[in-house]
Amino acid sequence: MTKVTMTVNGKTVAKEVRGNMLMTEFLRDELHLTGTHVGCDTSQCGACVIHVNGQDVKACTMFAGEAEGAEVATIEGMANADGSLNTIQQAFQDYHGLQCGFCTPGMVMTAAALLRDNPKPSETEIRDYLEGNICRCTGYHNIVKAIMAASGQDVSAIAAE
Amino acid sequence: MPKDHGIGAAPKRREDVRFLTGTGQYTDDINVYGQTYCHFLRSDVAHGKITSIDTSEAEKMPGVVRIFTGKDFEGLGGLPCGWQVTDKHGAPMKEPGHPVLAQGKVRHVGDPIAAVVADSLEEARDAAEAIMVEIEDLPAVVDMKAALESGAAKVHDDLDDNLCYDWQFGSEQEAVDKAFAEAAHVSTLELVNNRLVANPMEPRVAVGEYNRANDESTLYTTSQNPHVIRLLMGAFVLNIPEHKLRVVAPDVGGGFGTKIFHYAEEAFVTWASRQINRPVKWTSTRSEAFMSDAHGRDHVTKIELALDKDNNFTGLRTDTYANMGAYLSTFSSSVPTWLHGTLMAGNYKTPAVQVNVKAVFTNTVPVDAYRGAGRPEATFQLERVVDKAARELGVDPIALRRQNFITEFPYATPVAVEYDTGDYVATMDKLEEMIDRAGFEARRKESESRGKLRGLGINCYIEACGIAPSNLVGQLGARAGLYDAATVRVNATGSISVMVGAHSHGQGHETAFPQVVAEMLGIDESMIDIVHGDSSKIPFGMGTYGSRSLAVCGSAMVRATEKIINKAKKIAAHLLEASEGDIELKDGQFTVAGTDKSVAWGDVTLAAYVPHNYPLEEIEPGLEETAFYDPANFTYPAGAYACEVEVDPETGKVTIERFAAADDFGNVVNPMIVEGQVHGGLAQGIGQAMLENCVYDESGQLLTASYMDYAMPRADDVPFYAVDHSCATPCTHNPLGVKGCGEAGAIGSPPSVVNAVIDALHSGGHKVEHIDMPVSPHRVWQAMQG
Amino acid sequence: MYSFDFERPTTLDDAVKALGQDEAQALGGGQTLIPSLKQRLAMPSKLVSLAAIEELKGVTAEGGVLTVGGGTTHGTVAAEASAYPALAALASNIGDPAVRNRGTVGGSLANNDPAACYPAAALASGATIVTNTREIAADDYFQGMFTTALDEGEIITAVKFPIPEKAAYIKFEQPASRFALVGVFVAKYSDGVKVAVTGASEEGVFRWTEAEEKLSADFSAGAVEGLSLPAEGMMSDLHGSGAYRAHLIGVLTKRAVAAAG
Repeated sequence: MTKVTMTVNGKTVAKEVRGNMLMTEFLRDELHLTGTHVGCDTSQCGACVIHVNGQDVKACTMFAGEAEGAEVATIEGMANADGSLNTIQQAFQDYHGLQCGFCTPGMVMTAAALLRDNPKPSETEIRDYLEGNICRCTGYHNIVKAIMAASGQDVSAIAAE
Repeated sequence: MPKDHGIGAAPKRREDVRFLTGTGQYTDDINVYGQTYCHFLRSDVAHGKITSIDTSEAEKMPGVVRIFTGKDFEGLGGLPCGWQVTDKHGAPMKEPGHPVLAQGKVRHVGDPIAAVVADSLEEARDAAEAIMVEIEDLPAVVDMKAALESGAAKVHDDLDDNLCYDWQFGSEQEAVDKAFAEAAHVSTLELVNNRLVANPMEPRVAVGEYNRANDESTLYTTSQNPHVIRLLMGAFVLNIPEHKLRVVAPDVGGGFGTKIFHYAEEAFVTWASRQINRPVKWTSTRSEAFMSDAHGRDHVTKIELALDKDNNFTGLRTDTYANMGAYLSTFSSSVPTWLHGTLMAGNYKTPAVQVNVKAVFTNTVPVDAYRGAGRPEATFQLERVVDKAARELGVDPIALRRQNFITEFPYATPVAVEYDTGDYVATMDKLEEMIDRAGFEARRKESESRGKLRGLGINCYIEACGIAPSNLVGQLGARAGLYDAATVRVNATGSISVMVGAHSHGQGHETAFPQVVAEMLGIDESMIDIVHGDSSKIPFGMGTYGSRSLAVCGSAMVRATEKIINKAKKIAAHLLEASEGDIELKDGQFTVAGTDKSVAWGDVTLAAYVPHNYPLEEIEPGLEETAFYDPANFTYPAGAYACEVEVDPETGKVTIERFAAADDFGNVVNPMIVEGQVHGGLAQGIGQAMLENCVYDESGQLLTASYMDYAMPRADDVPFYAVDHSCATPCTHNPLGVKGCGEAGAIGSPPSVVNAVIDALHSGGHKVEHIDMPVSPHRVWQAMQG
Repeated sequence: MYSFDFERPTTLDDAVKALGQDEAQALGGGQTLIPSLKQRLAMPSKLVSLAAIEELKGVTAEGGVLTVGGGTTHGTVAAEASAYPALAALASNIGDPAVRNRGTVGGSLANNDPAACYPAAALASGATIVTNTREIAADDYFQGMFTTALDEGEIITAVKFPIPEKAAYIKFEQPASRFALVGVFVAKYSDGVKVAVTGASEEGVFRWTEAEEKLSADFSAGAVEGLSLPAEGMMSDLHGSGAYRAHLIGVLTKRAVAAAG
């Protein structure tokens, strides 16, 4: 067992964990933060994307022990302080950027990382940045549109609205 | 002016808030006190005889609670098939047993041999490695045509061969022969409809729980139809009466067909939890999903189209081999027959159509319905051969289609269905407007200036949705009715819970269904909630598939709401001291016609539950009504799609530059949701056409067993889509006039992608007739090499 | 996963010590190792994470050489290797953003996946792989797919890339994994041109010497026109035959030369 201490969504947590415990298991099983999802076992689908020290990473491909001392943010910590949806979350709702919701936490976390580094990404840049996030429901149309809208861009001319 | 509420409006989805904040509850998020974890030991060979299983060492491993093998299930039933197909000689299809855990033989890679139940998942996996299984390898049957050759190894020893059924359907032989004998031109195409894996992003999960105190079992499962699972599992597999069995499908992360079926793992955890008196949880990994979720498509077809000298379609004949996999999954047998053969007329008035289908057992994962189910296979072959005919005849592919369109409705096809409404000319007109066909040549020249080839492909499609009239499907072999049910429960203060048999796993029912009830009652949508996915809360339901939720369950909801209105009017009449016939309901107010006397919705509902001033001698208190709705016909969404591609002739890489879809879904309740459904279907259709392919090698090993080799469409594989649903001809036989929109995108898009690639290659002088899907860079390059 | 201990040393010395234990294995970014652990394809007794060792991180350019710490992530290389733009571009296109934030250059080179990008850069750049015990020339380092000159417990501490006059890497992606179906790295130095190919050969990353000779004489796409490699010895799978891969090498080499300018 290894002792790990980290900050998750602003709260300090300390736990004794197995050496082989993944961050997904740590969040879901130990902290009961089940918003971080597991959709594959080859590090490709992105349903588990979280932020570790401000960087988007796949929680299924990282051990809890690797987050020692880190600041971790998950989908559960993304809403505004008053509980309302943040800008990205709100844009996903406004532009129907989700259907079954399973990939959605990873999409929101990835989008947040993108917009922090690139506040006005082009359509191509968004599609490129989403390479590691698979959605089977939306055909990506409304996800890309939502991210453009969340960055303050006018999406009214985009096809099909 | 778009509406801001009710039918036709696009309110934001209420389910989104929980999904966007990580507070949805999917099956894997459910943990039951005292639960154990299950791991299945699965076959790593495609075909073999199990000569021994020794669990003795494994049973001693830490944390192991119990290990089960096929022997433990000998007295129980197998997984049933829900559709009996009759072959062309009148004989029933071959229906081999499908055990929960393998008995005697393994028949595909992934076939479960044993199940370890332990205190932790890792302990279960450790113990599974200690189970000693001896399997005598048998030759694997993978290729369908080889499977039917004499002397081929048999997937099921108790059958004569690997043929499940040989089915024929459509026009009289004589009429078909005559059409081809007299044809001025015949176009022929042999093609493959590639095997796919549905891949909802949430892998399957099942949690079984047993309550000894009342002898009740609960199954939490990732299902599109919890009542169907309860029926099949309770009645056919485990012999648990329905009142002792509860099936819950909570938030489900996508289905696309593969979560319709009753799976061995569901039966296993339910049964095992009764044996060990502890809850049992199984969570599929993605790798496990590839070898245990039912796959889709996998047809090999020869199609022939006969035309007269004026280019009218006169005859169509198809020969299809359809892969069933190793066992018959729940609805597998119906897919290549009644969901495929009945659509072969397409949008055209071809007078003679004949469909032949041989369904074949192979040592592969069972194949069943995947988004579109049979209809994409029909559309692909038909729209490819029509395109080929246009090229061979040197005529415009759109003009050839227009010339042969069905234009008068209702129209009875030679393949048994009657299209109630449609306007294929209108959707084609709309499509031409959307794609700027006039500007195509300029775009092609621009591509050529960069060394690229550009192609435009179009196609039409029709589908049969709103599945389905029970008396009809009963005659065709369905072992279930395909109605649906809804209960509208009005509470004392006027708020409403609607219990629906449809299941929402992305379709937005929680938002769209209240729009209908709110419109009918004239009250605010926020007063209405939808309850779904729990057999203990809902009267009954056949679930969500075949684009049926609104057309069938929505109709049941309308009928139940009509009953509510009728009763409420009686109460209102009493309160207003007026005649029931004079009561009008508008904007949530009951008014005596021609007067200003009215009573509000909430006053009436309160009276129903606090019946102090109430016609108790005439009607019961309370306000709750249930309706079952059985559709009179299928619905027939149809449309026209166009794809514009660019091909890199040096590498064969295809990029989609534009995609347009003009659909007729009849009336639309929530256009935002409808468009989203089309987008998603398009990505899956484009995925099938360009990327996805499930491949077995000759020994039955699955070569595409993860996302490392199975190419899922990603954001940069697809463009923004242009979609339109304004050419609406409402369905004539359901109360909402809706047709269904869930599958259209996946059904309609593959042919236009391939047609576009062929068009691009021809523009570069490559006389390529056909490329099988997926049109991967490698395949396109190979085709260009000749 | 099998069970194992987890250690996260903060100095190279401690890491070397920890890796001295029987069946101990180094963990770089884990983007390849963790998925294979999930499949139970490896059974280490202990994983030694190198991620907390600051001395393994960083990108510096000095004297015409770009030195990248073995523990530097692809994301950091993409952002900080501006002295060697083709290398930064290569790093910026490995995997996806989340993978780039974890995966490291040392991890990639130690694994030597036959479809990975970094081996092509190292080979075409004539890089030197620096370990805790020695320096290995790239030409000696790669020894066939998933095989390198590294000894058990040896840690890549840095990679030294001589900065070329011109260079470009063109990757043609396998549609599913997005690894290189074929990737070609072309680097022009004052003393000649190197061309390294990944994704294609059954022997792993290799140098295409015929192309190097032609390009050393005339650094233009036309110089390699018509030059081809045989299909024999190329990998052949679902996504591309050996002949297709061989063909792509020619196409991508021309494109890389053109992109290098």
